[in-house]
Amino acid sequence: MGLTIVWLCLIVLIPLSTIFLRAAGLGWDGFVAVGLSARALSAYKLSFGTALLAASVNAVFGLLIAWILARYEFPGKKFVDAAVDLPFALPTAVAGIALVSLYAENGWIGSLLAPLGIRVAYTPLGVVVALIFIGLPFIVRSVQPVLADLGADVEEAAATLGATRWQTFSRVILPAIAPALLTGFALAFARGVGEYGSVIFIAGNMPYKSEIAPLLIVTQLEQFDYPGATAIACVMLVASFSMLLLVNLLQAWRAKRSAK
Amino acid sequence: MRLNRTHIGLALAAIVAGCSSPSSTGKDGSVELLNVSYDPTRELYKAVNTAFAAKWKQDTGQTVRFNMSHGGSGKQSRAVIDGLGADVVTLALAYDVDAIAERAKLLPANWETRLPDNSAPYTSTIVFLVRKGNPKQIRDWSDLVKPGVQVITPNPKTSGGARWNFLAAWAYGKKAGGGSDAAAQAYVSQLYGHVPVLDSGARGATTTFVERGLGDVLIAWENEAFLSEKELGTGKFDIVVPSISVLAEPSVAVVDANAKAHGTEKVAEAYLRFLYTPEGQDIVAKNYYRPRDPAVLARYATLFPKIEMRTIRDFGGWKVAQARFFADGGVFDRIYSGPKR
Amino acid sequence: MTRAASSESPVARRILIGVGLLFLALFLALPLVVVFVQAFAKGWPMFVDAIGQPDARAAIRLTLLVAAISVPLNCVFGVVASWAITKFDFRGKSLLISLIDLPFSVSPVVAGLIFVLMFGAQGWFGPWLIAHNWKVIFAVPGIVLATVFVTFPFVAREIIPLMAEQGRDDEEAAVSLGASGWQTFWHVTLPNIRWGLLYGVLLCNARAMGEFGAVSVVSGHIRGLTNTMPLHVEILYNEYDFVGAFAVASLLASLALVTLVLKSLLEWRFGYHQARSAH
Repeated sequence: MGLTIVWLCLIVLIPLSTIFLRAAGLGWDGFVAVGLSARALSAYKLSFGTALLAASVNAVFGLLIAWILARYEFPGKKFVDAAVDLPFALPTAVAGIALVSLYAENGWIGSLLAPLGIRVAYTPLGVVVALIFIGLPFIVRSVQPVLADLGADVEEAAATLGATRWQTFSRVILPAIAPALLTGFALAFARGVGEYGSVIFIAGNMPYKSEIAPLLIVTQLEQFDYPGATAIACVMLVASFSMLLLVNLLQAWRAKRSAK
Repeated sequence: MRLNRTHIGLALAAIVAGCSSPSSTGKDGSVELLNVSYDPTRELYKAVNTAFAAKWKQDTGQTVRFNMSHGGSGKQSRAVIDGLGADVVTLALAYDVDAIAERAKLLPANWETRLPDNSAPYTSTIVFLVRKGNPKQIRDWSDLVKPGVQVITPNPKTSGGARWNFLAAWAYGKKAGGGSDAAAQAYVSQLYGHVPVLDSGARGATTTFVERGLGDVLIAWENEAFLSEKELGTGKFDIVVPSISVLAEPSVAVVDANAKAHGTEKVAEAYLRFLYTPEGQDIVAKNYYRPRDPAVLARYATLFPKIEMRTIRDFGGWKVAQARFFADGGVFDRIYSGPKR
Repeated sequence: MTRAASSESPVARRILIGVGLLFLALFLALPLVVVFVQAFAKGWPMFVDAIGQPDARAAIRLTLLVAAISVPLNCVFGVVASWAITKFDFRGKSLLISLIDLPFSVSPVVAGLIFVLMFGAQGWFGPWLIAHNWKVIFAVPGIVLATVFVTFPFVAREIIPLMAEQGRDDEEAAVSLGASGWQTFWHVTLPNIRWGLLYGVLLCNARAMGEFGAVSVVSGHIRGLTNTMPLHVEILYNEYDFVGAFAVASLLASLALVTLVLKSLLEWRFGYHQARSAH
């Protein structure tokens, strides 16, 4: 217990406190001027919006993939199982480059979509694609162990009691994996909000349109404006942290309720 | 709680193991030099380092080994401020070296006067790279804002190199408008309206133009334009030289405090001075940078056409230019004022 | 009969597999294919040449070293933290979990920045470190610290839901039978969580090797000294050495595959322990 907290402080909390202290140097008015400017606000909107969308897409397909990996046998399963982790292993910059070369108008997928009038690269849609790529392993890897651990006996029991397959899924399986799914969702979302390396290549980076919040931080740094950079970082951090806290509180509440 | 101790022990061991600071002078009397540079200079300094090491060995009998660090100019400058032990810096613009002098006091504020030619032994300028045969008939800056022309240039706020691009466009706008700032501003606003993607760095913009096939013209440094032609596809692109441009002066400087701590002051200084020698200038020209030495320049005259050029001093120096054009709320930010409705 | 009702019809099964694989192909496999195609664009000899460069080899060594230090650290922490969180009741538990998650939500750019603010020459401990001639930032310790920070939550995050789902009955039973805390942990808890732990370690390892943003800020990019593989990839790419860049990138991707082979080997060696059926 004590060790947990000490280590947490050393590696996470003390380093993170530096950004709050730096931002505090700005004073409240300065903080608002930088951290909540119109341009910053539209960047937050883009970052949080695309992250939310990508995490939702991932929640659905990630669950599906975790399901087929945990429950079914099919040729190449081992390989697919391995491939799921690759977004972590691939440097984000490489992922961004690979994605943009696929989705640009002269890329394999981009050239198919262009005649339909769909532009992916250099639009907010491109950001979503990159974030789907980045976030997928979070959902799959959160759900998969729980799904594998969930014995078939419970489902069989439900089935013997006359439940249809869908009922078994929605009433027995889903509640059991809901915490893991929610966790995966929250993590994919939080990661998406802060992602920089891969998004920068595919976003287009036009102010007010496709400029993500982490890019604004880099812009501030480029002007040697550390307080400004940390101000934006603070806003993002507080927002993501509240989200994570909310999800975790929700789970604690749920666990308590189901225990009664 | 055995875990506890092993755990912390491991962490400490890891940290201590890596903390040993490398000394710059080796046992055999050889010396190590860290040159912190910006992205496009890799080929240049590879050649310079080899030539200088040979010369230094011949003159003093000492072996010099070079460590190179490349990255975006602003980022590299920050790294040196935050403690990256560069003996010399060779960055894209004086502003980034000024920042080191001002914020970390690692070298005196008058560093620019210590070496000839504003401490910039080589220069470049801003030109256009267009697709083979120049299908959109781009001859000068005025053609960039014609309907249907897409321009690729990186974001001057994140790319030091791209600030020169912006200033070149401004110089044209001002000249075309009879010297009025309003005309210049109108021109650059129009120009950035033709930019579909603002890459964060110069190399990213080049890749967007070359690999993704986006845009009709890339605004680029002359050396970069030559290099992309050579590395990415000979015969796929043409270089167009505009009527007016800027003299881009990438700065070099010895970082006194670091060099002193490493005992490398003499070799660092000699290294930078070597860039000004005829031999150094020839290497510079071979790597598509414009040499300062008129004799060497004359030999490569076909490569480097004469252009009317403004210098940073025409803009009042970097401090003024930075505050006016690129700071938050500056001219560049006002081009993108508010969401497009 | 229960068999049929506790699983899907073959048709539904195939559709699910099909949709899942299609999604993976579009968002995961294709980008990977691009990487490998580019890596081998100029043939095998060029690939081998790119990997064999001294700078590339130094980057590979550094990446392995960093992963070898940071993964065990986070692994031990993850197990201890999830044990503390799931086996005991205390106030502010949700807050603690959220704090553990925090590094996920921190932009990599910021993750690097905070260590610069602490250990950089202008930072809190900078002058002291310089006075003692210790290098943290722009040297291996800084890279390790940034990596530990970024991969901090992985193991804990993987085990917490699993432990929570399993409850504490097994441990309580063990303790009532007279087992010590350590015995309980070693013989009851660890076997129960080992697959989750394995996944966590795999993820942590993959991310530790692939981390780019945070490490980029604290590394200093000195060729052959402080360049990790992802940074080396970026540098090569920026030098228009596309084959080299993608060759190193594909090697990185392959390392993830190696860890999978290891996992499969472990499963085969110890026999797959398909969950306990106690719950």
